Amino acid sequence: MRKAKLNVYRGDKNGGEFKQYEVPVEEGMVVLDAIHYIQAHDAPDLAVRWNCKAAKCGSCSAEVNGMPSLMCKTRMDRFGDDEEIKVQPLKTFPIIKDLVTDVSWNYEVNKKIKGFSPAPDEKEWVIHQEDIDRVQEFRKCIECFLCQDVCHVLRDHDRKDAFMGPRFLVRTAGLDMHPKDTANRMKYLKDEGHIGMCNITKCCTEVCPEDIHITDNAIIPLKERVVDEFYDPIGKFIKKVLGSNK
Amino acid sequence: MANYEVHEHDVIVVGAGGAGLRAAIEVSAQGLSVGLVCKSLLGKAHTVMAEGGVAAALANVDPLDGWETHFQDTMNGGKLLNNWRMAQLHAQEAPDRVRELERWGAVFDRTKEGQILQRAFGGHKWKRLCHVGDRTGLEMIRTLQDQGVHQGITVYMECTISKLLKDGDKISGAFGYFREDGRYVLFKAKAIVLATGGVGKIYSVTSNSWEYTSDGQGLAYDAGADLIDMEFVQFHPTGMIWPPGVRGLLVTEGVRGEGGILRNSKGERFMWKYLPESTKNGFAADETEAKEWVEAAIAGKRTEARRPPELSTRDNVARAIYIENKEGRGSPHGGVFLDISYQDPERVKKKLPSMYHQFKELADVDITAGPMEVGPTCHYIMGGIRVDADTAHTRVPGLFAAGECAGGMHGANRLGGNSLSDLIVFGKRAGAGACDYAKGLGGGQPTINEKDIETAIEELEAPFNREGKNPYDVAKKMNDIMDAHVGIFREEKEMEEGIAKLHELKNDIAAVAIKGSKAFNPGWHLCRDLKNMMIAAEAIARSAHARQESRGAHSRLDFTETDKGKWNEVNSSCSKEGDGMKLEHTPLPVMPADLKKLFEEKKKESPNA
Ligand SMILES: Cc1cc2nc3c(=O)[nH]c(=O)nc-3n(C[C@H](O)[C@H](O)[C@H](O)COP(=O)(O)OP(=O)(O)OC[C@H]3O[C@@H](n4cnc5c(N)ncnc54)[C@H](O)[C@@H]3O)c2cc1C
Ligand code: SF4
Ligand code: SF4
Ligand code: FES
Repeated sequence: MRKAKLNVYRGDKNGGEFKQYEVPVEEGMVVLDAIHYIQAHDAPDLAVRWNCKAAKCGSCSAEVNGMPSLMCKTRMDRFGDDEEIKVQPLKTFPIIKDLVTDVSWNYEVNKKIKGFSPAPDEKEWVIHQEDIDRVQEFRKCIECFLCQDVCHVLRDHDRKDAFMGPRFLVRTAGLDMHPKDTANRMKYLKDEGHIGMCNITKCCTEVCPEDIHITDNAIIPLKERVVDEFYDPIGKFIKKVLGSNK
Repeated sequence: MANYEVHEHDVIVVGAGGAGLRAAIEVSAQGLSVGLVCKSLLGKAHTVMAEGGVAAALANVDPLDGWETHFQDTMNGGKLLNNWRMAQLHAQEAPDRVRELERWGAVFDRTKEGQILQRAFGGHKWKRLCHVGDRTGLEMIRTLQDQGVHQGITVYMECTISKLLKDGDKISGAFGYFREDGRYVLFKAKAIVLATGGVGKIYSVTSNSWEYTSDGQGLAYDAGADLIDMEFVQFHPTGMIWPPGVRGLLVTEGVRGEGGILRNSKGERFMWKYLPESTKNGFAADETEAKEWVEAAIAGKRTEARRPPELSTRDNVARAIYIENKEGRGSPHGGVFLDISYQDPERVKKKLPSMYHQFKELADVDITAGPMEVGPTCHYIMGGIRVDADTAHTRVPGLFAAGECAGGMHGANRLGGNSLSDLIVFGKRAGAGACDYAKGLGGGQPTINEKDIETAIEELEAPFNREGKNPYDVAKKMNDIMDAHVGIFREEKEMEEGIAKLHELKNDIAAVAIKGSKAFNPGWHLCRDLKNMMIAAEAIARSAHARQESRGAHSRLDFTETDKGKWNEVNSSCSKEGDGMKLEHTPLPVMPADLKKLFEEKKKESPNA
């Protein structure tokens, strides 16, 4: 059986190093299987997060050969026979141990976004499929935070103090475009989430395992709404009269 | 003694899947203080993986549906071993709980008229499963999570509870550790709701994650509760079987609900052969009728045609696949073929997007172009902690349970979609039950016994202080025993051997050892989990061994008939007695005459299961 060489980062906030492990490769194996093999045979204390093993929960995010990926979706046969596979934790978040990072900041950002706010009414809702197709796209998000990891505003400039990041722009878009929602989150987006810090590089869209068109479908329309609201009061007024905007 | 941090709440909910989140939301809505504890990050519990849908008799697609029919289907599916009251409450309340999710922001797929769309599933007479493509669980958990967060629930993530604490016979708290750094934590509480999910990790081929180590069942058992119906373990008929890396991953029943056809290696559509005589009438008589049903379903039209045979209950389909293989008509890797590729590829991608991606990316199979290879995988446990139907109270004062870790609702076999609805119906009820109880206790917190904390810490630390077995090896051994001796088909001698081997394995569990630090150390965590897993394994094996009949998910080679006498009237019950496990058989709660009547009449006019 072919053996693959994995260089796995082992360490914590005090530092660490890559350790090499040899793993026999079975057909259809993914990187997460290899990590589990190492856990069971060589390093029972190797820290890793996972739950579904089917790209549904967004737990197993890591950087594989530099690429932010879900380990459970990254097949071992993607790599050449002698290629070394380097697995390391997400760079944008503080390391806890080995492949596990502290992503609690994301949960804090989420709390600040105003939740779903429908108008109170008693009747059964009538909502047509074509009016929610877009919202459903955003709700596919599995919170893997790969987009947060890759976004240069967070990754290179470390502006977690200011910028909410693509994941939460997606969430806001999902709320804002829901046909029954009545809240206005534009001021929040502009002044607290700092949507303006995104310069549409589209790196987030490229890594999204759910194929959400983060930039085109979520961020750009939100940016337009912010512009309408704050910089183009006349345009906003006209739209309101014509009833083409929420 | 090691340090530990302390938190105090009126109610602690252990588990943040659908059941735990719904319970916590209820407690917080009633104005009590609640702490929600979970082993993974918030939003990653098993519920996130549910695919096909949530069952509720909204009657949006099939107007004849109603709670009575849902109740009848659930009881029939459970081979009448269900707690009738739970099945009744479930059928009656599921529609309101689903509408409530919608009001909290869940975005379900719609009918042409703009109502919540419903799809067919095995064992449900009408199209009843509200869904979002094949990611219904994600929609549900995210909705509940956001509702809870905005309601201000305190969440303790990546924290494992290892022991429940009592003041006399009453619950007084829970003890555990944070995975991040292994620091210990004491939660003081007047009431505790367990919502910890299932036990699948005791088998080797399973759709379940590392979390499913029977923690709630083990904790409740140790605290004095009893586990009922543990012999009933659901093997989902359609798991992925190839390549080896994906073995066990679920292929949603939604594929069959959308018209997926099962064939053996000879190309035969074998399910007709396996429809029990008593339910045959509910299914299409031939290919033509089945096709008519599928076409009507796709067009969103009503039809007189009956369902395809693939929509029989899970126990039945799993057995059929097993027998086809045993008789040499299986697929190359020991399963059968499931085919939806005869339908419009775009429709398949729209209705089953994550299945499409799962096969494409992990198995190089395009399900719009050819069949999938599928076989049984351990999926769900019907049995669990015994609770009162209305309040979810266990027999331990102050201890409540809901969701997959609770028993009774599903009897001998669960229908697809009935779990997600179970979570929200009984999650809310458990939350309310815990509130009533906590309010009834009055002011102060019950007392914590320091000695119990010492024991809890000693137990957790022991694996660091010895040389011994690798916990992963021990877990593997347990898997091998359960696979070989208490799998889909069971037999007296096999099980006796299995029980003996489990007994021996207890020594290994007592001797597991681990190196490294307490910081995020999965091997260390497994050391503790193994004890819970053993409780489930033993309860399953012994309950299965005692039940000398076949019923629902419990199939005996030596007792193939469903008994009309004794076994029709008892639940198995496992509880702790000294150091050992006591197995009893307790009388099944008797359905009141008015429900029974409704049930029998319905049965005469449309024999469905
Ligand atoms: C792949 C798959 C698909 C499914 N599809 C469907 C479907 O379409 N329809 C349907 O009705 N059902 C479906 N099911 C079944 C259903 O999803 C589960 O039964 C259900 O989600 C269980 O929910 P729960 O709230 O009881 O537990 P879970 O969602 O599993 O949550 C358990 C929680 O308990 C926590 N926990 C466990 N032990 C401890 C401990 N010791 N300390 C602290 N926290 C702990 C975990 O961290 C987790 O948060 C599916 C299951 C699987 C695996
Ligand atoms: S498009 Fe915006 S959010 Fe996405 S990676 Fe670039 S800067 Fe970040
Ligand atoms: S938007 Fe995509 S990449 Fe970002 S967290 Fe969600 S699923 Fe992951
Ligand atoms: S384990 Fe769930 S996304 Fe990889």
